[in-house]
Amino acid sequence: MKAKSAAAPYAAWMSIFIIVPMILVVIFAFTDKSGAFTFKNIAEVGQYSNVFLRSIWLGALATVISLLLGYPLAYIISHINARRQGMMIMLVMLPMWMNFLLRTYAWMTLLEDNGIINSLLASFGLGKLHLINTQGAVVLGMVYNYIPYMILPLYSVLTKIDSSVIEAAQDLGANQMQVFSKVTFPMSMPGVISGITMVFVPAVSTFIISKMLGGGANLMIGDLIDMQFLGSAYNPNLGSAISLVLMVLILICMGIMNQFDDGESNGGGIMI
Amino acid sequence: MKTISRIYSAVLFLFLYAPIFVLIVFSFNNSTTMSRSVWSGFSFKWYAQLMQDGMLLNALRNTLVIAVIAAVVSTVLGTAAAIGINGMNKWMKRMVMNVTNLPMVNPEIVTGVSLMLLFVFFAKGMGNVSLGMFSLILAHITFCLPYVILSVMPKLRQMDSHLYEAAQDLGCSPVLAFFKVVLPEIMPGIVTGMIMAFTLSIDDFVISYFTSGTTQTLPIFIYSMTRKRISPEINALSTLLFGTIMVLLIIVNLRQSKDKKAEENLIEEA
Repeated sequence: MKAKSAAAPYAAWMSIFIIVPMILVVIFAFTDKSGAFTFKNIAEVGQYSNVFLRSIWLGALATVISLLLGYPLAYIISHINARRQGMMIMLVMLPMWMNFLLRTYAWMTLLEDNGIINSLLASFGLGKLHLINTQGAVVLGMVYNYIPYMILPLYSVLTKIDSSVIEAAQDLGANQMQVFSKVTFPMSMPGVISGITMVFVPAVSTFIISKMLGGGANLMIGDLIDMQFLGSAYNPNLGSAISLVLMVLILICMGIMNQFDDGESNGGGIMI
Repeated sequence: MKTISRIYSAVLFLFLYAPIFVLIVFSFNNSTTMSRSVWSGFSFKWYAQLMQDGMLLNALRNTLVIAVIAAVVSTVLGTAAAIGINGMNKWMKRMVMNVTNLPMVNPEIVTGVSLMLLFVFFAKGMGNVSLGMFSLILAHITFCLPYVILSVMPKLRQMDSHLYEAAQDLGCSPVLAFFKVVLPEIMPGIVTGMIMAFTLSIDDFVISYFTSGTTQTLPIFIYSMTRKRISPEINALSTLLFGTIMVLLIIVNLRQSKDKKAEENLIEEA
């Protein structure tokens, strides 16, 4: 088919709405308000290194917890009979169809000082716990919102593992632990990688979860960017510099993750 | 082992569904605005209040208008693009696909602010028009396009390219051959892409938040509700949305299992 020209409108569209905006981010990051070239914005990002470290730490924690909680479930689902698998995967995906603001809002009503968890504790005669506006609440919100993104790629890789490979390992004398650590887990690596990236990227760049569950004290990179563009500290130049650093940071993280992947990265794919 | 895995799945599903369940229960709470966690009798009053909310209905209308336009435009543009990309040589293909992947790899907030910079820049050039429906539609088409392309591309790759040539040998014009042969083959991919684009557009908050100006879509409305007012109206709204999704999914599933049954019957008869 000689149809290359069919992609021309798309190429034009993406140049205007993806490439030009990215160039604008770079230009804004390296200029001041008058439009003169400067490194000041990038240097200023250094002041917020504690915010960057906090975001990476919370995002990484949420990713690890999602992996530890999600892997067993993906494993269990991939081992039940085929008819019930579809049903279970549907149950994993269903909460994702609800807007994530509402899912986060649900946790707000649960965790509040006068919220449902505390009223339950009080009715058992137990003392109140301060749950909302803590880092724990932010991590909880991330895990709750993004754990389906971990389970789905893991599941799709685990179901594809040929059961005769497992049987072969057993025939050759491996026990259950060895089968898992030497065969199943290494073979599920592409799913682990895509699960980790699919949870870490939105978790590290979130600004809603930290705003709704973390209060004002647990500022994240996303909140910083939001403040520079639509908030009180209006300064698109600094905001662009922060965005640029965030983008580079995530590219580096993904580069490192891909090192662990042995080439065939089509394991997880995109699932909505 | 079996009981352990049963208990484990049950606990995890409880974690996933308990907050939604609580949200739904409290939408029927006959309470005053301030106490969200004390049960004081069954009532529909928050639903009644929601229905009178003009802002909400306006936001809902905006969301649907944007989603329909974004889904249609991105499907047409994306399908054409997929066909074009499929015919490119390896080097060109790789370059275009890298740009296509960019909005999916990039954090949403970065895509959002970069589009905001672009629109503000344009708006200034055009004499200070403000952001609104138009910029929202452009932004939504942009982030939907990659998903359409990625669902059409595999279908194109699966298709035997000789079919298209055969149709032309048998006297079809290239345009007719496209509509009679290529389009039916890749239709499932196009439909999947369009549904994906539609749902992504309805659900999007982050990119809309930065490109909307003062226009409200449903997610932005929900956001402003959680910021300003503490009201069980949000619970009522969530319940309605969750109910709609459940009904839609059940319909889709029933249709699929009906198709499967029909297929099985055919096989049995044969």
